[in-house]
Amino acid sequence: MKEIYLDNNATTKVDDQVFEEMRPYFCEFYGNPSSMHFFGGQVQKKVDEARNRVASLLGALPEEIIFTSCGTESDNAAIRSALEVSPERRHIITTRVEHPAVLTLCRNLSKRGYRVTEIAVDGEGRLDVDELRSVIDEDTAIVSIMYANNETGVIFPVEEVGKIVKEKGALFHTDAVQAVGKIPMDMKNSTIDMLALSGHKLHAPKGIGALYLRKGVPFRPFMVGGHQERSRRAGTENSASIIALGKACELAGQFLDDENNRVMAMRDRLEKEILAIVPKVRVNGGLAERLPNTLSVAFEFVEGEAILLLLNEKGICASSGSACTSGSLEPSHVLRAMGVPFTCAHGSIRFSLSRFNTEDEINMVIRELPPVIHRLREMSPFGREVLVSN
Amino acid sequence: MWDYTDKVREHFLNPRNVGEIKDADAIGEVGSLACGDALKLYLKLDESKERIVDAKFQTFGCASAIASSSALTEMIKGKTLDEALNITNHEIAEFLGGLPEEKMHCSVMGQEALDVAIAKYRGTAVPSHGHDHEHMEMEGEIVCKCFGITDQFLKKVIASNELHTAEQVTHFTKAGGGCGGCIPKINELIAEVMGEQPKEEHKRPAKLTNLRKMQLIQDVLEKEVRPLLWADGGDLELIDIAGSLVQIAFRKACAGCVSSGHTAKFVEQKLREYVAEDIRVEEVEG
Ligand code: FES
Repeated sequence: MKEIYLDNNATTKVDDQVFEEMRPYFCEFYGNPSSMHFFGGQVQKKVDEARNRVASLLGALPEEIIFTSCGTESDNAAIRSALEVSPERRHIITTRVEHPAVLTLCRNLSKRGYRVTEIAVDGEGRLDVDELRSVIDEDTAIVSIMYANNETGVIFPVEEVGKIVKEKGALFHTDAVQAVGKIPMDMKNSTIDMLALSGHKLHAPKGIGALYLRKGVPFRPFMVGGHQERSRRAGTENSASIIALGKACELAGQFLDDENNRVMAMRDRLEKEILAIVPKVRVNGGLAERLPNTLSVAFEFVEGEAILLLLNEKGICASSGSACTSGSLEPSHVLRAMGVPFTCAHGSIRFSLSRFNTEDEINMVIRELPPVIHRLREMSPFGREVLVSN
Repeated sequence: MWDYTDKVREHFLNPRNVGEIKDADAIGEVGSLACGDALKLYLKLDESKERIVDAKFQTFGCASAIASSSALTEMIKGKTLDEALNITNHEIAEFLGGLPEEKMHCSVMGQEALDVAIAKYRGTAVPSHGHDHEHMEMEGEIVCKCFGITDQFLKKVIASNELHTAEQVTHFTKAGGGCGGCIPKINELIAEVMGEQPKEEHKRPAKLTNLRKMQLIQDVLEKEVRPLLWADGGDLELIDIAGSLVQIAFRKACAGCVSSGHTAKFVEQKLREYVAEDIRVEEVEG
């Protein structure tokens, strides 16, 4: 069975061109970029090229890019550094809907004596910027607010946030793991001090990430040891993956229009058709500005894991915000923070597309999904009245 | 992805006995939409009203909930009511070739629905969930408010499955998997049932100076209480400490929440557990 992969916010296929670009750097050009000899030097050149490519996707300077092992490392490095450079400030601001990479760290820090404020979102997943304004003060060391949410795709007004942060002299970090490569950004004209990105969300392999660090922003390294990455991140460079990330960023730049036209149109069509065919459905974050590729839909009276497994039988890969897929008993913290009613939260499914998806695949989902929902509703003791109209 | 057995998968994909029985003799309903799973079981009895001739179900829930319901109906058909009552949740899981431990509550839900159906038919009270059957006499006291689960029901599940930890109890019944406020009580129940001494998890200091007590209270609020509230979008602020009286104000989702009284009790319980027996928590406007 050929898979229909609609779980690109979880991870993506490595683009063939990306793989070809990195391939020689395992067995052939395996030199250490830090070595003095020509053999390491030629790898160094490719690493530099990769840095340029990543920088150019972000509208940043090459020296503002630090390669890391993943998005989580970038997030950790940014937040910990901000706390170290201004030890007198003891307040951290984040949101209730962050990825665990940020949320778990902040909650751990709160046990170490930091004051942590988690900003709320509204029913559509939009950030309460007024709350940010009212809680930020001279004690705030760092504000870490994601660029776009992984579950709903809702985009946060990061530049507006950055302005507020600057007024209080705090640092602003954004987890942009879901946004980079999907929407355009330009660090030259931005209020962001630090930005985390991850390779495997944009068709590079797993195990590579980067941290954008604005020139002039003080920094304390998270990993110490050798002088790699200008002593900002020790450890021998993962050269093959860095080269892959560079290529992936170059391609992402080229496909940005495609993402915001063709991919978005497929997402919109999927959304429209589902809403038209299936009764008692709502789109989580549907009224907010969203990433072009993400669709989170809540089906009432059915449970997410059951939907996923039936779709799985058809080769359709998606994910859910339901509790039952995670082993926890409560639905996702994002949907709960949005106040999505429990009746819907348990039956929420996320489809996340990429440039590799086709119209045919979307047609297939539009064909296969409604019977799955109908079948589960027929089995359910609730909401039986909706079946009559169906 | 869950590691389901082929049998679970097969019963999920082709569930037996789905639907309702219009003239059912007995109906058992457990769970709710909010809980994430629910099962409505219909039984049809023979002339003598002793033997189950037909069983059907409607289930809202994950794959293992559906498979467990399907298995249950297959297992009880042809059995007398007394024989059916002897079926344990363990046997339901076994019928399916086993369930992941985190999913054992699905098999418990099946057995529970059966108990409820038969008890209702016979007009006796049953230990069960508290959510959806207002008309029923429930035995025991609610221990887990989040999932509406009584002490009687928990004791029964603990005993029949020989559960030793609160985590296991959560896997089997869901109790403790929400706010976690009922976990100390669950530990007590385990101790009671298994005849073990409850483990003293946190040593309360024997004697406290006033200063030390205040520090400890702040500490417990920071480390043990607030993180749990955050998880539900709430927060609290410590307003004042006067001797054993601790005044707090709720913030965010907790402020104005109908169950904040329950939350205040939870805070008090935590502080008593960690700091001193005589602590009283009062909610104030702040
Ligand atoms: S009361 Fe049991 S989990 Fe909340």
